[in-house]
Amino acid sequence: MEWFYKFPHMDDDALRNLKKAIDEGFRAFTRAYGDTIESMFSPLQSFLLAADRFMTQTPWPIITAIILTIAWFASRSVKIVLSCLITLLLIGYFDMWTDTMRTVAMIFVCTVLSIAVGLPIGILMARSNGVKRVVNPILDVMQTMPSFVYLIPVVMLLGIGRVPGLIAVVIYAIPPMIRLTDLGIRLVDKDVLEAADAFGTSETQKLFKVQLPLALPTIMAGINQTIMMALAMVVVASMIGVQGLGQPVLKAIANQYFTLGMFNGLAIVGIAIIFDRVSQAYGKRLQKHREIVHG
Amino acid sequence: MAEQGLGGIAVRNLYKIFGADPAAYVDAVRNGLTKTELNDAHGHVLGLRDINLDIKSGCIQVIMGLSGSGKSTLIRHINRLIDPTAGEVLVDGVDVVKMNKDELRNFRRHQTAMVFQKFALLPHRSVLDNTVFGLEVQGIGRSKAIDVAMRWLERVGLKGFEHRYPNQLSGGMQQRVGLARALSNDAPVLLMDEAYSALDPLIRMDMQSVLLDIQNEIKKTIVFITHDLDEALRLGDQIAILRDGEVIQQGTSQDIVLRPADQYVANFVKEVNRGRVVQVEAIMAPLRSRTGGEQPTIPANVTIEEAIRALVSAPDGDVTVVDPSGKPVGTVSFRLLAGAMVNSREVEHRSFDAPAIVA
Ligand SMILES: Nc1ncnc2c1ncn2[C@@H]1O[C@H](COP(=O)(O)OP(=O)(O)OP(=O)(O)O)[C@@H](O)[C@H]1O
Ligand SMILES: [Mg+2]
Repeated sequence: MEWFYKFPHMDDDALRNLKKAIDEGFRAFTRAYGDTIESMFSPLQSFLLAADRFMTQTPWPIITAIILTIAWFASRSVKIVLSCLITLLLIGYFDMWTDTMRTVAMIFVCTVLSIAVGLPIGILMARSNGVKRVVNPILDVMQTMPSFVYLIPVVMLLGIGRVPGLIAVVIYAIPPMIRLTDLGIRLVDKDVLEAADAFGTSETQKLFKVQLPLALPTIMAGINQTIMMALAMVVVASMIGVQGLGQPVLKAIANQYFTLGMFNGLAIVGIAIIFDRVSQAYGKRLQKHREIVHG
Repeated sequence: MAEQGLGGIAVRNLYKIFGADPAAYVDAVRNGLTKTELNDAHGHVLGLRDINLDIKSGCIQVIMGLSGSGKSTLIRHINRLIDPTAGEVLVDGVDVVKMNKDELRNFRRHQTAMVFQKFALLPHRSVLDNTVFGLEVQGIGRSKAIDVAMRWLERVGLKGFEHRYPNQLSGGMQQRVGLARALSNDAPVLLMDEAYSALDPLIRMDMQSVLLDIQNEIKKTIVFITHDLDEALRLGDQIAILRDGEVIQQGTSQDIVLRPADQYVANFVKEVNRGRVVQVEAIMAPLRSRTGGEQPTIPANVTIEEAIRALVSAPDGDVTVVDPSGKPVGTVSFRLLAGAMVNSREVEHRSFDAPAIVA
């Protein structure tokens, strides 16, 4: 009756050997290809460094002006621009400027990378149910797997540093980008697509003149979510060497510095709110003329 | 300008069945399975059954029928927005059904333009950018495309609205944007699915004139779906009436009004203004020997309404009807014309004894 009370599991030795075999296989793979893969990511490294240098070395009034300008052109709202300004001033006043700028640079690069990778995948997914069937479960895994777990292979492959951190953040943050691109394209009114067909559009024309523009508000929502998830991931990613607001938070956890953790946490919340409000206001402005209204 | 000397459209033995496995039921439908039986027993919808249509180049073919009779389905076969289950659609002698992707795309770009029942405008584009869409797809330069588009926007009465967005316009205005978009394409085949249904009566008349003007200048082959019989009669060289996916009568407007094939068609034409449709030729009395040369004459192919207008100012008595070569072929009187306008069944009967009454 023992099997009834204790789940009959795989033989201990066999299990240990299995895990060992997988680990060794992966390690061998890393030894063989690690350098090649690392060099493949070197453009990413330079991009990240350039962004980081720009954000940390440009004098703060200029950065502030740039951010406020972007916020204004995206939202056309004085209220949003003002709250951006106040948030930035507070962050600077509490001496978190450099860390914050590092994080913003990181988020910027992550977002660009997520769009560059996620948009084409989303488009492919929308065009083919086959692709969708393959990609969907992968996205499910990416979204539900605890983020610490996939830090492990990334670190094994690329070691500790910014690029592995970046990749970990992108893996965590890219699913909404892909999902909402797919959804946005699939939701495009089929009457409008039919009209495009009737005028003899090629697939490319249809994609760029009809599907993507009409899916843009949904895609913007995807970008917004990707940014939010990337921000949530920076603290975790700082465990493997990503600089920015995450590191003081880690330090605070290790040493029980309540205030340090709180301040840096609030700074993350502050820039999250800036990103969110600005990108949502932009999305809303895009939406303005897009709903189909008859009558 | 696109080449307009197109060889017309011919639809041959066209069947369309909607459902999971349409090909399996074509033969059964050919052998007389009805729409209801197909739906009840097999869960498939019969869209079109054995459609045969010949639309001559440069003519306006009107398609009528109650809601759900298959009009939109039929017109979508002409540019193959819907693939038929069986049959051929020949445009200028080429079977649209057999075209490959590239041929079909070229055909749609250069040979056809379509106005949609639900407008189907691009909501993210301004009125002007919607109107240039077809030209843009063809790869025509922006400034030239804008010239053409502005001309048509002006012609449909939307000058000054070119920078608005579709959702800022009324339904009728949106429909005219759809019309301008199709006309800008300048294709020899124009497919119009209830293109005027959202227009008010005045603008509707005006848009009908636009179409007739186009037909006077450059003959296009037009397929026009409408629910409005007066519109059908005004525009249509040929009218086809659909019911449950079948053509139950086709012919000229006179044929349809004077000789409805069955009760369904008769109900359709019951309320029509006969004076605008029926020509003098169809109701005139036979020539009598004593007709003198001093009598006024009237051409055989004018409508009753026009004849009455002419006769109001003419002296009492008979008027000689002449054929295009000037040869007398019959006579009419004011009273005969008035009688023909109000009553259908007695037309043939009256045409024999009416002269006696007048005399
Ligand atoms: N994709 C489809 N799947 C199943 N049935 C369809 C489909 N498209 C059309 N039908 C059916 O075909 C028939 C004809 O539809 P269609 O749209 O051609 O009608 P219509 O004559 O244009 O009507 P209306 O005047 O309302 O526009 C209807 O019974 C409809 O339910
Ligand atoms: Mg219809």
